[in-house]
Amino acid sequence: MSSIEKVLDKYSSKVYKNRKKHILEKTDGDQEIAADVRTVPGVMTNRGCCYAGCKGVVLSPIKDAAVITHGPIGCGFYTWGTRRHKARKDEDTKSFLEYCFSTDMQEADIVFGGEKKLRQAIKETVEIFDPATIVICSTCPVGLIGDDIHAIASEAEKLYGRKVMAFSCEGYKGVSQSGGHHIASNGLIKHVIGTGDRTPKKFAVNILGEYNIGGDGWEITRILKRIGYDIVCSLPGDGSYVEIKSAHVADLNLVQCHRSINYVAEMMKEQYGTAWLKVNFIGIESTIESLRNMAKFFDDPDLTAKTEEIIADEVAAIMDDIGYYKTKLKGKTAALFVGGSRSHHYQKLLNDLGMETILAGYEFGHRDDYEGREVIPTIKQDGDSKNIESIKVEKVPDKYKVFLSEDRYEKLKEEIGLEYYGGMVKEMNNGSVIVDDLNHFETEEFLKMLKPDVFFSGIKDKFVAQKGGTLSRQLHSYDYSGPYAGFNGAVNFARDVTMGIYTPAWGFVKAPWKVEPTLEGQVVGGEV
Amino acid sequence: MRQVAIYGKGGIGKSTTTQNLTAGLGEMGKNIMIVGCDPKADSTRLVLGGLAQKSVLDTLREEGEDVELENILKTGAFGIRCVESGGPEPGVGCAGRGIITSISMLEQLGAYTDDLDYVFYDVLGDVVCGGFAMPIREGKAQEIYIVASGEMMALYAANNICKGIQKYAATGGTRLGGIICNSRKVDGERELLEAFAKELGSQLVYFVPRDNMVQRAEINKKTVIDYDPTVPQADAYRGLANAVDSNDMFVIPKPMHQDRLEAILMEHGILDI
Repeated sequence: MSSIEKVLDKYSSKVYKNRKKHILEKTDGDQEIAADVRTVPGVMTNRGCCYAGCKGVVLSPIKDAAVITHGPIGCGFYTWGTRRHKARKDEDTKSFLEYCFSTDMQEADIVFGGEKKLRQAIKETVEIFDPATIVICSTCPVGLIGDDIHAIASEAEKLYGRKVMAFSCEGYKGVSQSGGHHIASNGLIKHVIGTGDRTPKKFAVNILGEYNIGGDGWEITRILKRIGYDIVCSLPGDGSYVEIKSAHVADLNLVQCHRSINYVAEMMKEQYGTAWLKVNFIGIESTIESLRNMAKFFDDPDLTAKTEEIIADEVAAIMDDIGYYKTKLKGKTAALFVGGSRSHHYQKLLNDLGMETILAGYEFGHRDDYEGREVIPTIKQDGDSKNIESIKVEKVPDKYKVFLSEDRYEKLKEEIGLEYYGGMVKEMNNGSVIVDDLNHFETEEFLKMLKPDVFFSGIKDKFVAQKGGTLSRQLHSYDYSGPYAGFNGAVNFARDVTMGIYTPAWGFVKAPWKVEPTLEGQVVGGEV
Repeated sequence: MRQVAIYGKGGIGKSTTTQNLTAGLGEMGKNIMIVGCDPKADSTRLVLGGLAQKSVLDTLREEGEDVELENILKTGAFGIRCVESGGPEPGVGCAGRGIITSISMLEQLGAYTDDLDYVFYDVLGDVVCGGFAMPIREGKAQEIYIVASGEMMALYAANNICKGIQKYAATGGTRLGGIICNSRKVDGERELLEAFAKELGSQLVYFVPRDNMVQRAEINKKTVIDYDPTVPQADAYRGLANAVDSNDMFVIPKPMHQDRLEAILMEHGILDI
């Protein structure tokens, strides 16, 4: 029996039928995987909610925005700082990332409506913090009682002379946090992008879907600035509302996390003609490939030369360290279960270090993140996906610009995969296991059978694995470390993984129930 | 203590019927509390003689934690204790949650004293959400009366309410005590209501005739028995009080399918009009 069969074998027939479609062993040829559908009730999933995706992931990192959570305090509190998206303020840009804004709804606000309290919260936020923009995110009860947050937003916008945006991202919408990414993207397209007028310099790019976890974005911008790129905005990691307004003036959108931000890239293409390129700045080889693809897009001899110069310089600076860690990590195996992109991105970095990925899966990825964008037309829309607002955008004639000639565009589509993402599965080795929406039961079973040297996941299952003796590192938040992106990040990552693998403390601990009884008793009854 | 919930279509006369019924029971010497579960907070006006009552939720909102029972519980005619749950203005917030909050609050404050013979819940219109079913949840009202008339929409609503009761009866102890007809002087009304109640597996508890005396008493902010104990309508409400007090038929209703309901209406000629 294969490891997959063994895991599935424990399920009831109904769950078996469902989970079977979410798990596959990589073979040659096309393989379809079920994704972005409801989790079976009762299964311990790692997934988050729509609010988490909209507020927690996409909108929170925008540093000069005061993001007000309209709801009871828990939703705001637990999305405050937990993702480790970093930001720096400067003379022109404030940062509110160290604050948590919430209306802290009480029972009386649920009964009598929370609109008054929200108005008051906006007023206080303006008076105390004077933010560039205010963002309102709705939690579940707000959706139930029907507070009209959009009306309040437009009223406040006039009253306080600044952009106020409302997002109906109630947690219960959709099947995972993925719906929230879409709702946030829609809002940014409707209200922000296209409203600025910054003059771009040469080689103007946006970095989309980079969240600056542990400072990843800073490492990426450091490299891009060395080469000579003009970074119009980073959306959203260490990004600002003021910068994002001018995103449409860039020549190229770099898409780091395809899952969460492809909506923005696609709509900007439609509205402003901005081409997008899937990049991956996780891993040395991937970073190099991404930089070279960018140079090909701009097709400028100086830029190309500078790109090669910087690559050589950066690689030379880290090669000693990487060489050392490679001797420590070569041949080690990994399992990855993260969001909707990282499980793919980190396989590249692990490859660089001589490690092999034997299991990978996404929490909330869609089929295109697994199988490639070519399957998008065949993805069936269901009631859950239709429940998430999808907006139609049109060309904005006075702001529309095309950087590439038609010939060049077609050529680059072929050559650098412009506006394409091939997904994770194609790049995995035959025999490796791919699991969508991996749950706690499956995690424990697969770890027991496949015995990876390290399990990369998140806070929800890290400690189960770790205390069971399998090293576990968080790839959502990087535990307390980072950055892991770019060249310097690769060294940090290699260092952290090496430290973990060579400090197998939990492996030495024997659980007390394995060596001594936890219950004392005697057999009674039966005697005459 | 018998806890009784009164449901029925909006405007059918639930509050009027409940208050006149409790007046009848009060006259018999029973100890009664009425809990108004309507955001409009107008369920106890006749008993309190129009006295403006501070609702539980208003008090909770304004006083915060310092809610005292005497602030929200007022005693009116026949010693009837009155409480209004209150709620948000139309179109905002969640009236259903309000009812849950306020009933829990009453329990916390010790409003349900042992000397009570009856607690009546006068509940707004249809059972639109979980909150409006609060009075019939486990441990609350064990008996339910539905106020209806011979009008079609009143019967539709009554049938719908029975669906809610059926759901709660399946898991708890709540039962339908019967249908109270608040007559609209529709042709063949009594027969129609009797047939309707029978089809539900229940009974027509009482037929309250239509009488302008009810309106006259209302204008004077009084129940009929209080306003003029000698009129025939006062006896009608005494009859209702007796019927409820001596009722021993409590059933899990069997709500009808739409077509069966329409067939009954047809049989009794209501659709011929």
